[in-house]
Amino acid sequence: MKLIFEKSTQGHACSLLPDSDVGSYRLPQQLLRPSAPRLPQLAEIEIARHFTALAEQVHGVNNGFYPLGSCTMKYNPKINEEVASFPGFTKIHPLQPEESAQGCLEAMYQAQQYLCEITGMDAISLQGAAGAHGEFAGWLLIKAYHHSRGDTGRKKIIVPDSAHGTNPASAAMAGFDVVNIPSDDKGCVDLERLREIAGADTAGLMLTNPNTVGIFDSNILKITEIIHDAGGLVYYDGANLNAVAGIVRPGDMGFDVIHLNLHKTFSTPHGGGGPGAGPVGCKDILTPFLPSPVVSEENGRYFFSDSTASIGRMKSFYGHFLVILRALTYIKVLGATGIRQASEHAVLNANYLKSCLEGVYDVAYQGFCMHEFVLTLERTKKETGVSALDIAKALLDYGMHPPTMYFPLIVHEALMFEPTETESKETLDEAAKILIDIYQLARENPQALHEMPQKTPVSRPDEVAAARNPRLRFNFHA
Amino acid sequence: MGGYTPVTDNEKREMLDKIGASGVSDLFCAIPEEVKIDSLNIPEGKSELEVLCDMERLAAKNKVFASVFRGAGAYHHFIPPLVRSIVAKEEFLTAYTPYQAEISQGLLQGIFEFQTMICELTGMDVSNASVYDGATATAEAVTMCRDKKRTKIILSAALHPMTVATVQTYCGDCEIVTAPVRDGKTDLTALRRLVGEDTACVCVQQPNFYGMIEDADAIGEAVHSAGAKFIMAVNPIAAAILTPPGDCGADIAVGEGQPLGMPLSFGGPYLGFMACTDAMMRKLPGRIVGETLDRNGKRAFVLTMQAREQHIRREKASSNICSNQALCALTASVYLSCMGASGLQKTAELCVSKAHYAAEQLCSVKGFTLKHTGEFFHEFVTVCPVDANILLHQLEERDILGGYRLSEREILWCVTEMNSKEQINALVAAVKEVCLSETDF
Repeated sequence: MKLIFEKSTQGHACSLLPDSDVGSYRLPQQLLRPSAPRLPQLAEIEIARHFTALAEQVHGVNNGFYPLGSCTMKYNPKINEEVASFPGFTKIHPLQPEESAQGCLEAMYQAQQYLCEITGMDAISLQGAAGAHGEFAGWLLIKAYHHSRGDTGRKKIIVPDSAHGTNPASAAMAGFDVVNIPSDDKGCVDLERLREIAGADTAGLMLTNPNTVGIFDSNILKITEIIHDAGGLVYYDGANLNAVAGIVRPGDMGFDVIHLNLHKTFSTPHGGGGPGAGPVGCKDILTPFLPSPVVSEENGRYFFSDSTASIGRMKSFYGHFLVILRALTYIKVLGATGIRQASEHAVLNANYLKSCLEGVYDVAYQGFCMHEFVLTLERTKKETGVSALDIAKALLDYGMHPPTMYFPLIVHEALMFEPTETESKETLDEAAKILIDIYQLARENPQALHEMPQKTPVSRPDEVAAARNPRLRFNFHA
Repeated sequence: MGGYTPVTDNEKREMLDKIGASGVSDLFCAIPEEVKIDSLNIPEGKSELEVLCDMERLAAKNKVFASVFRGAGAYHHFIPPLVRSIVAKEEFLTAYTPYQAEISQGLLQGIFEFQTMICELTGMDVSNASVYDGATATAEAVTMCRDKKRTKIILSAALHPMTVATVQTYCGDCEIVTAPVRDGKTDLTALRRLVGEDTACVCVQQPNFYGMIEDADAIGEAVHSAGAKFIMAVNPIAAAILTPPGDCGADIAVGEGQPLGMPLSFGGPYLGFMACTDAMMRKLPGRIVGETLDRNGKRAFVLTMQAREQHIRREKASSNICSNQALCALTASVYLSCMGASGLQKTAELCVSKAHYAAEQLCSVKGFTLKHTGEFFHEFVTVCPVDANILLHQLEERDILGGYRLSEREILWCVTEMNSKEQINALVAAVKEVCLSETDF
């Protein structure tokens, strides 16, 4: 499709602004840019059609099944959008007097309270803009805690090799050395190795539980104990809360810090890659260090409070307020029982889809999974040349978003499925049938799979050429 | 109790049978019994009707002011209705990061167009797909400039205080030095003394926190003569008319993109934009979209240069960023398309003209003066004859959100295209009235 710049016609414009009613002030010429930015010139209908055409080339949650593992692509309820569009929220300046923004502050306070209860933590800061941003804040909390005790020798963070890439990246940003710990043959933490590694230089351990292969680590209480005995703290990557919310709480498992991805478990839309929100919760020992400000309440009045020991500010203002509102709305609709049932059904759906595929595809780890599971195409690739990538690309022709590919890194030729609780049995049955059909095709005609997708707006793009010879903006002179 | 799970008891039974479990609780057998909870101590769910009423009650506790003269990092601008209509499209709203390029061309092309528009606004070579906000964009830019020999970071004292605080959080282990301000602008003489062989970068804001237009050319020269990198944090509306960072010698241009179509929303979500020179391209954090060809030679867009990123490089990545602000970037693209260069420049000119009219009118009130003497964009600081808190409170009583209080007698005002002459005159009349009654006592 043509770029918007290629659709531009000199002189086309939208009629938006009045002329000045106060005369005109001219800034000195030497401060002004020599030429105008080359923005497109289009009438409103041309812009509307352009972006509508772009939208038609995007697969969203309402276009079809989206079992992208680790991403929790559940339905995004429309009531959330409605609430986030109330002028009483969108028209509030972040630096208004607190008295004139009590509704915003109360909403944030409620969200803090509910999220504390769901995670089993004592306090929470809503500043994190995304999961990775929350992770970074979490590590700074742990660093501040150790330093406040004069314990400055703790430089190491232990991260399982099954972890999401942001885990080690965030720990490194906070100035820690990352120690990767291998997983055992069940995809869980190797306790013996953990005991060997944990020591006086351990600042903490970061864990996802259930982990990224979809297994709940039964040794969790031992794991947190080993780290605590070594004087370290334990961090819960709460991106994956969709299996356990309402069933077990990270705070009760011995975790000291957590970040949540509100755009996963709490149904706020992903927006094609954000904005999400990544609040950080912690136990009392870490509360003084939380990013400032947090919302407090006294006699029905809500206000921002700062702690002198805080790690400081993570960004401007107070977090992604409209995203927090959406999550709060979702929590209010589901309530205590609804949240538990959502987790139960997410786990039921994942196990059901896994059962439908078992016997055809190889499952990476046996036994019940939690909200997601991983297939390995290693054997298929050896026998037919058809890779996990080929299967994923074939799915595109069937109108289904592929699962996450090649993650976690510890499984070869991995395909990771997370159906979420908002899919029906009928959808799962259809998806299983498609996947089994594709598998048959892989056996009979592997070449056909290498050539898929055929029905999408473009076929497989040349990613190597894109990286080698980057073209990152439109060239007006070409 | 509500929920979004389409399932009947019969279906549940069928599914459990297929799995070979007698009940849902079997599936959770890996969780130690002693930590399982019976129920959460939060209210039971409600119908959507009830929740909507509940949230409406909360929204009604906020005060929406009839006129707004406050900026200080969050700006009240006109948002063309088409912007909301487009960004509400389900496909854009609900999709994930475009990992599967073949079914994400619309998103990828949209980001590519955003990157081009940011390059045009800033005069830089390369833009990323966005970061969280202006403050984190600045912090990421500072991180791009750090190296083993150059460890000192110089921040202008006229940067937004929240930006400074964010850089301090991100770069806590660095030496961060503040370049002082003179008459509302970064003091060039002092800066020249501070910048040296140990300096990684110097960061200034244009227009700065006090609304003043910095001598960015001269600052750029001073920074480069010491071999340091020059970071400019720019207001994107002002960038439509002011000399762009690329022409001022900036190595990295960043900014808060909220003015480009995002409502005030009590502080977020907003949009951080980042652009740099070709030379620094591989250090740029976050997602970047590139153009390539598909197997049939057709133009296609993909996420590219991923070797910088956390999912490949893990602890050695250039940044930990994963989700960014894709939908806000799209918002900015649609906004900029609606405005075009002429609309954006008109917005900027309306801001300048109205701010100068307001400044002149306010200074006609006895005891009011402009604190600084140089050129300003759409914000300016006045020294007031009365206590700023009292004055602002009195304005609020009259449905006016006045400027931002900097100190007991200083207020930072912001005037945009949203403020009509009538509003400005009403503000000035109210200020006059308050000053008269306050100075009476």
